[in-house]
Amino acid sequence: MNLETLPLQLRNAIVDLFPPALQWFVHHLLTITVILTVFGLFFAFTTIAERKLLARLQNRLGPNRAGLPWFPKLKLWGITQPFADAIKAITKEDIVPAAADKVLHFLAPVLIVAFSLLGFAVLPFGRNLIPVELDAALLYFFAAGAATELAIFMAGWGSRNKYSLLAAMRALAQLISYELPLILSVVPVVMVCGTLSTKAIAAAQGGWTFGLLPHWHVFTPWGFAAFIIFLIATLAESNRSPFDLPEAESELIAGHLTEYSGFKYALFFMAEYFGLTALSGLGVTLFLGGWQAPCEFLQFIPSYLWFMIKLVGMIVFFIWVRGTLLRLRIDQLTRLSWKFLVPLALLNLGNGAFWALTPDWTGPLVLARWAISAAIVVVPFVLLGRRLTAGQAPRSYRYA
Amino acid sequence: MISPLQLFLIVSSLLFCVGLIGALARSNTILVLLGIELMLNAANLNFIAFWRYGPHPAAATGMMFVLFSIAVAAAEAAVGLALIIAVHRHRRSVRLQEANSLKG
Amino acid sequence: MIALLLIALLILGAASAAILSRNLIHSALLLVGAWAGIAAFYLWAGAEFVAFAQALVYVGAVSMVVLFAVLLTRQGATRAPVEYDSVKRAVFAFIVAGGVAGVLVGAIMGSPLQGHIASPTPAVSVKQLGLLLMGSYAPALLIVGVLLTVALLGAIVIAAEEKG
Repeated sequence: MNLETLPLQLRNAIVDLFPPALQWFVHHLLTITVILTVFGLFFAFTTIAERKLLARLQNRLGPNRAGLPWFPKLKLWGITQPFADAIKAITKEDIVPAAADKVLHFLAPVLIVAFSLLGFAVLPFGRNLIPVELDAALLYFFAAGAATELAIFMAGWGSRNKYSLLAAMRALAQLISYELPLILSVVPVVMVCGTLSTKAIAAAQGGWTFGLLPHWHVFTPWGFAAFIIFLIATLAESNRSPFDLPEAESELIAGHLTEYSGFKYALFFMAEYFGLTALSGLGVTLFLGGWQAPCEFLQFIPSYLWFMIKLVGMIVFFIWVRGTLLRLRIDQLTRLSWKFLVPLALLNLGNGAFWALTPDWTGPLVLARWAISAAIVVVPFVLLGRRLTAGQAPRSYRYA
Repeated sequence: MISPLQLFLIVSSLLFCVGLIGALARSNTILVLLGIELMLNAANLNFIAFWRYGPHPAAATGMMFVLFSIAVAAAEAAVGLALIIAVHRHRRSVRLQEANSLKG
Repeated sequence: MIALLLIALLILGAASAAILSRNLIHSALLLVGAWAGIAAFYLWAGAEFVAFAQALVYVGAVSMVVLFAVLLTRQGATRAPVEYDSVKRAVFAFIVAGGVAGVLVGAIMGSPLQGHIASPTPAVSVKQLGLLLMGSYAPALLIVGVLLTVALLGAIVIAAEEKG
């Protein structure tokens, strides 16, 4: 029994049970079912992990009461909370405003979940585990992601509520502003690897120096800069704190989701987490070596487990950020994107080109390659940061 | 029975005519622009059809043309809609017939 | 082939509904459906890269610009109704479009196009496309880059509020 190929063997065994004409269909249906199950459960446990971790960061306990229905003695630290929440969301009354555009109001939550799930199709979850092998996988990923903006607009417009509409416009302004640094931060990876296929990009990060230092893109100057930009843009694209102003729970009435209740609201919530998970998965694939093990001697752990470990790491990082940083204002948010992240991402493009042109520098030239590449990132970062914060720092908060 | 190529061409010509109706019959400038976008898309469909069923699919000329055409269409949409917003600011109207102050 | 017919019907239906609709927002959203259908057509024909580019540019970008323009030029009413200009114009437009459609479809059905079928889906990889773009099409790519930059700046200058 080989753990590495176990999922494939299982799939082939199930597919072989069906007549040959149906095998193609069963194959894809099985893939879809597995993705939905795994990431549905992942979503459920992300919510409970987030609530627990945030609670710990804020010095409280978090949800710890939900147990099992027939065993009231068993508390299980409250990890069945998401299922209780799901039942609550399904049984709640679904309120549709009388003046609403009924079709769009209904379509918005359905479409946003569908679109946010599309991205999972091209993520390489393991050495041999990729749902669809596409030559232009990255382009597909961003095309699918861009469609979620339409669903947000539908939600804002369909509710026929001026607060919903205004909030939807603000959310769209944020999404469009951060789409740019997100895509620009990915382009250097494409340039260095010479491919748009996620599978090839994950495979290109194989190998170790001395068997210990992995050749992941995040461990190069351009890759590190691109990864940081990618992380910030991901936070903003998935409406996470500190960029959660479209729905800012504590000051707005949930923005474009004002007129949604019950299961439809839960669908939006779900789509947000699916989007975050898909983008984190892309980040893992592009910068953190995908399914590659960090050290040579750790290869006995199957590749798909490595992918999930890294994915969980990214999610925990995002929860940590949410518990730590304060929310930005809309002008600070757009300024950060257009005046800081976009220029840096553009410069990093040149950095990636430099790295792609100099793979044959050996001996002492390797040091020069690293030094030049690091300088291209660090010098503009310092200069730009100084200029943009001139006269602003240090701040004093009177009421904090 | 019609061949896929003919189906492609018929869809594209019907799409072109739908766009033409939009550009001629409607008075809202945004809809006129959208009609023109549809006509552009119909032309792109033709490029892909003749690339796919033409004599030299490996040269990818049709695909190239469509890529450039999409880029130009995006620029056109951006500038066109900016113009509409500017006109709307001055005249408080998006009716194409009312933007006639330069008419001789 | 049946899939192709279905997509074709979807595109044409969405496009006609969009052009005839009285609600501008519905028009724009239906057109997005038509554009997505066209991307599906490209995908069926084997032009993967072009299909995703179409989806990214039209569904992601142009639709947003259109929707923002609709909202920014709205006049009070939430329904944003748009009247047909005049019956005469509409009838005239339908006659012209019908004539054009008749001529085009007649020409297509009359041409000997059956000879070109067969050839399996040509496999043009993204790498080949990239080499072409950077090779013989490099000047065109440069010009498109300049065009997009100029269009972006021009759009900002035109749409920006004048100060003072």
